[in-house]
Amino acid sequence: MKCRKCGEKAAFNMPHHKLALCKEHYLEWLPEQTERTIHKYQMFNRREHVLAAISGGKDSLSLWDILWRLGYSVDGLYIGLGIDEGIQYSDESHRMSAAFAAERGLKLHVIDIQQTYGKSVPELAESTLRGDKKPCAVCGLTKRHVMNRIAREGGYDVLVTGHNLDDEAATLLSNTMNWIPGYLARQGPVLEADRPGLVRKAKPLCRFYEREMAAYALLRGIKYIYDECPFAEGTKSIYFKEILNRMEADKPGTKLNFYISYLMAKDNGLFAPHADPELEMLHTCPTCGQATTAPGECAFCRLISRVS
Amino acid sequence: MVVKLILRSKLFEVMPGMTLRHSLEKAGVPLESVLAIRAGEMLTEDEILHEGEEIKLIAVVSGG
Repeated sequence: MKCRKCGEKAAFNMPHHKLALCKEHYLEWLPEQTERTIHKYQMFNRREHVLAAISGGKDSLSLWDILWRLGYSVDGLYIGLGIDEGIQYSDESHRMSAAFAAERGLKLHVIDIQQTYGKSVPELAESTLRGDKKPCAVCGLTKRHVMNRIAREGGYDVLVTGHNLDDEAATLLSNTMNWIPGYLARQGPVLEADRPGLVRKAKPLCRFYEREMAAYALLRGIKYIYDECPFAEGTKSIYFKEILNRMEADKPGTKLNFYISYLMAKDNGLFAPHADPELEMLHTCPTCGQATTAPGECAFCRLISRVS
Repeated sequence: MVVKLILRSKLFEVMPGMTLRHSLEKAGVPLESVLAIRAGEMLTEDEILHEGEEIKLIAVVSGG
């Protein structure tokens, strides 16, 4: 297979784009496409200050690398979750993230959950019904709270995450299978900060396949944590990704079409504003000042009050 | 001599002379879930795998 741009041997093929590229041209193509996505969805501009949520995995480190190469003003935020499970998962992902930042002279904020709130994420999960089987719900709640808090405190204009198209398509499939109108109305490349206490969120990698992001990280020589989070095994998101990948194998472009068609349908009014009743009734948490769906303290502050 | 496909701690052995796509199908590994590396080079799915080669498969699907 030959590179479409130079005719040299291709390193990576994207059947859904009918495009094969050599290493050099793939490493040019992906940032160019990221730039197009940032413009298309009006995510942010070069005058704005961007905070990237960094996990140490292929997607977030590649996102940081791409935005840095494109010349955006972007700092990183690593959240130490305190997940060990015999493989020192959090320690290792912190080490990868810190090394990445140091090599490029980038600023990385580090928030350790145990040091900040007294307990690690698995410990927080154990003390609540939210984590009766796995800590994933508490982990998500904690990360959303801390990301929003650091972005606000640091005066950042936008918070970016490394969600790729497979993440978005899996979430969309899950929400569609359950017809969750609020989530379906809200999912998208940008979540505007249209309520006090919220920071704008954007997903610049939302149009790239997970395999494309892994190829970028490998070809670019980015050292990322290869081990999966020990709690991720058997999760619903992986189940939906596997199903979508089977469909993709039969018909290239299925995942991209599923997500892009949904965004177009949403833009054309598929979901009425009142499909998302939570957004209509957001309150401000009296403790942390972030938005919450019910009057009184937000779920995260209630969790911390309960365990402290 | 077979071709060895290595994915984390799993080893798959396939016959030489097939494309990467065909070899992964034989091993029951979905193409969309991995990248293949031979001697440090990433392979496209039409590459023929030769006798005695070791192909490292990188899992690309993550959860969370």
